[in-house]
Amino acid sequence: MRLWLEKQRHLIDFTLASLARRKTKNIGLLLAYMLLVFVLASLMLFTHALRSEAAYVLASSPEVIVQRMVAGRHDLVPPDYLERIGRVRGVQKMQGRLWGYYYDPVLNANYTFMARPSGEIADGGIMVGNALARERGLSTGNTISFRSYSGKLFTFEVLATLSPDSELLSADLVLLSENDFRRFFEYPAGHFTDIAMSVANPQEVRNIAAKLGKMLPDSRPILREEILRTYESLFDWREGIVLTVLAGAILAFAILAWEKASGLSAEEKREIGILKAIGWETSDIIRMKSWEGLLISITAFLGGVLAAYVHVFHFGAAVFEPVLKGWSVLYPKFKLLPTVDGLQLITLLFFTVFPYMAAVLVPIWRAAIADPDTVMRA
Amino acid sequence: MRPSSLALSLLLLLALTCLFVLAPASAPSTDARRDANRAMVERYGITDLALFTEARYTRHPSQADLHSAFQDHPGALEHFPTGSLLQPHRPILTQYAPLARETTPSD
Repeated sequence: MRLWLEKQRHLIDFTLASLARRKTKNIGLLLAYMLLVFVLASLMLFTHALRSEAAYVLASSPEVIVQRMVAGRHDLVPPDYLERIGRVRGVQKMQGRLWGYYYDPVLNANYTFMARPSGEIADGGIMVGNALARERGLSTGNTISFRSYSGKLFTFEVLATLSPDSELLSADLVLLSENDFRRFFEYPAGHFTDIAMSVANPQEVRNIAAKLGKMLPDSRPILREEILRTYESLFDWREGIVLTVLAGAILAFAILAWEKASGLSAEEKREIGILKAIGWETSDIIRMKSWEGLLISITAFLGGVLAAYVHVFHFGAAVFEPVLKGWSVLYPKFKLLPTVDGLQLITLLFFTVFPYMAAVLVPIWRAAIADPDTVMRA
Repeated sequence: MRPSSLALSLLLLLALTCLFVLAPASAPSTDARRDANRAMVERYGITDLALFTEARYTRHPSQADLHSAFQDHPGALEHFPTGSLLQPHRPILTQYAPLARETTPSD
């Protein structure tokens, strides 16, 4: 065993000396390899962390939301709907929700206005999301005016700013009292934006939604599981889109690795020939090249993954931010809880390390089984 | 020090750092900030993340109807950058189906 270990160490010594002879080329390859792993791992870590964050926090979103559709568009829910839905057996709790969008020409941004009971927020006061407060320079005690869609100017006092930790949920949120909401948007009395409800037996959610659909043909029930699935598919889709965009870079690296690994240079061929001529066995040469491939690919993989972790969880995935932002003016600043999917990392390891190892070993094996004299003369 | 000892030590150090950093993140953990956010979702009845605030259907993708990206005109090209990244794939369309209106053909 000791002898075997000593032999491997000598092989590694020799490999490192051989790598050092083509220093620039090998460092360039290592950096390109590491960069590729970094981008792919960043993408995997980021989407996985966002997906798990969404799944965790939205697990307590309303069990069923009932919207009313008119001519294919979302419309206000009339007052009698609450009473009619309450008659459905199995419906436990229900609450009319008041929320809507407001376009602020000052920031060129959309805000989400949401009404809260008067006991929670006094008339004339608002609570704002942290991103909105940051962009508009608001703090507790300031006043802000919004021109409503009817042209009237409303002035509100900022009672509080929502926690910066909740920006992912509340970046553009404006919470105001129900009275203010109805006056601002001129909502007819008793009407709501939609209805949030919960069901006594969670197994019956689908049946009750189907019953509601039959009873109120113009309604559209949205289940919590659909909300969660929307986010699951959204991040899957997003990951897929970015991977498609990156496909060019992945192919470019594959070509680089293949060219480097398979197109043995005359110098490398001569080296193999000399080694064979001085008594090295084919298996020794393959072992030496395996060490070369392993040292480069494992270093690139570990370095790339580690850099990706720091990029996603300590620098807020700054590379992806412009893509995610789109045209959003109010973009939340958020810190994701580090979550890593072991299976994803193993998949990444498989798709980055193994192809490179194969690309290294096949041509070496071909050159190593050839006659040393032929290889040296080639 | 032999080059092999140096290289193997560095590789081991890198592997241990990775293990030290990634292992805790792969186990389920509790976080006060996340729990507070979950409580906020429950209290305010929030349905969506405020990730893409540029358009109504990107701000609340779970509340928008399936074709809201094309609401201005059936053949209109989507013009918000986020919209093109938000398209639902096929399974989600079929999953919505059981709750869609069931119509009977007229005689």
